[in-house]
Amino acid sequence: MNRAGLRMNQSEEIIRVENLSKSFGTTDVITDISFSVYRGEVLGIIGPSGSGKSTILRCVTQLESVSGGSVTICGKQLVKDGVYADRKAQRDIALKVGLVFQNFNLFPHYSVLKNITDAQIHVLGRSKDEAEHTAMQLLTRVGLSAKAANYPCELSGGQQQRVSIARALALKPEVLLFDEPTSALDPELTGEILAVIKDLAEERMTMVVVTHEMAFARDTSNHIIFMDGGVIVEEGDPQEVISNPRQARTKAFLARFNA
Amino acid sequence: MLQGTATSLEVFFLTLLFAVPLALPVTAGRMTKNRILSTVTKIFLLIIRGTPLMLQLLVVYFGPSLLCIWINKEFGTNIRVTWPRFLAANVALIINYAAYFAEIYRGGIESIPQGQYEAAKVLGYTKNQTFFYIILPQVVKRIIPAMGNEVITLVKDTALVQVIGVSELLRVAQETQSRLFSFMPLFVAGVFYFIMNWIVEAVFVQIEKKLAYYK
Repeated sequence: MNRAGLRMNQSEEIIRVENLSKSFGTTDVITDISFSVYRGEVLGIIGPSGSGKSTILRCVTQLESVSGGSVTICGKQLVKDGVYADRKAQRDIALKVGLVFQNFNLFPHYSVLKNITDAQIHVLGRSKDEAEHTAMQLLTRVGLSAKAANYPCELSGGQQQRVSIARALALKPEVLLFDEPTSALDPELTGEILAVIKDLAEERMTMVVVTHEMAFARDTSNHIIFMDGGVIVEEGDPQEVISNPRQARTKAFLARFNA
Repeated sequence: MLQGTATSLEVFFLTLLFAVPLALPVTAGRMTKNRILSTVTKIFLLIIRGTPLMLQLLVVYFGPSLLCIWINKEFGTNIRVTWPRFLAANVALIINYAAYFAEIYRGGIESIPQGQYEAAKVLGYTKNQTFFYIILPQVVKRIIPAMGNEVITLVKDTALVQVIGVSELLRVAQETQSRLFSFMPLFVAGVFYFIMNWIVEAVFVQIEKKLAYYK
């Protein structure tokens, strides 16, 4: 399948980021970043540690406030030229975006099932039955229906991450962001997470994946962004960027992978 | 001696009953971003934790009447405040223990990883929901050992209320001792404190066991 081709055909923008910048004190973490994510596509973001990849996700999910620029989610303006929408709009927009963390961040005092049902009940106001029904469907999908009654500490890292993906999906976000979802896992467990993300990609879930798994980024994304020093150095078709980078910095970063 | 035992138990339970919830707003005051409120709370904690509980009992009990004497002298008024000993004893202990509990709560809250707040925020929980559903239950588990320590100390600190004339167990035991010229009453009092703390210890072990279902 030509995933890059898919990109051209898409028109509905789920995320639009324009001239985004973020600094902590006097340190600029990202500078003047612009990109879009269209419905049904997977955007891969790669680059060295500290290049600002995660910060982009944190700005889109409102875990950090931007220093400048605009972010639009599903046509709704979260922040325009550094000025945020009102709180109600911020909250509405937040519910359209899901985030999967590097360290899972499951709630340790809740069972696997309750981790997935609790936000549905308290945030979306779903009934307990409905929430549990959704949770069990999602657990089956990530292959963990037998673990519903267990607690996170009883699961492997890979299983915990699959639960956290189910937890995010339960709220039916328009787009799901992954912040280095396999970086805390050993190579064997990495595979099971990547398989889940691949499944979602095949079902046309809109996703942004920050990752160090180059082969995965190349095979699963429709579009790749390579970042360094807080700016986009190179972007385009995943095959092109990863297997045949143009910029010297991208070549250097991918040298070991392409060797 | 039975009456003294009852008084000690009353002081113990009343202090626990009020200090445990009262410490929560103190924690909030200590952790707020409001500079004035947090400074006031810090000074409060410094004074309460930095002076003897016995002194605090004396100040709470005698303070209001000394203040009245001064006011009457200065302004020629004739105000009188009488303040039941038992009530004063409880107020002093509650204030003192709320200060210690508040610092334990703060330690517990600050030990919860930032990721828990972030996960809750991304899932759309409000700030109150995040605190009461996600953070507080985990804090309770973490502070149980430290709280056990404080509660055991409280059992023994009830003996201090005798400085303002409350007839609690140890004071009654001392009086009985000098009346009967026997060591027995003091021994019995010691056994009582010991058994009381044994029970406290057992209760906390049970709570820890109950919360051991997750790590």
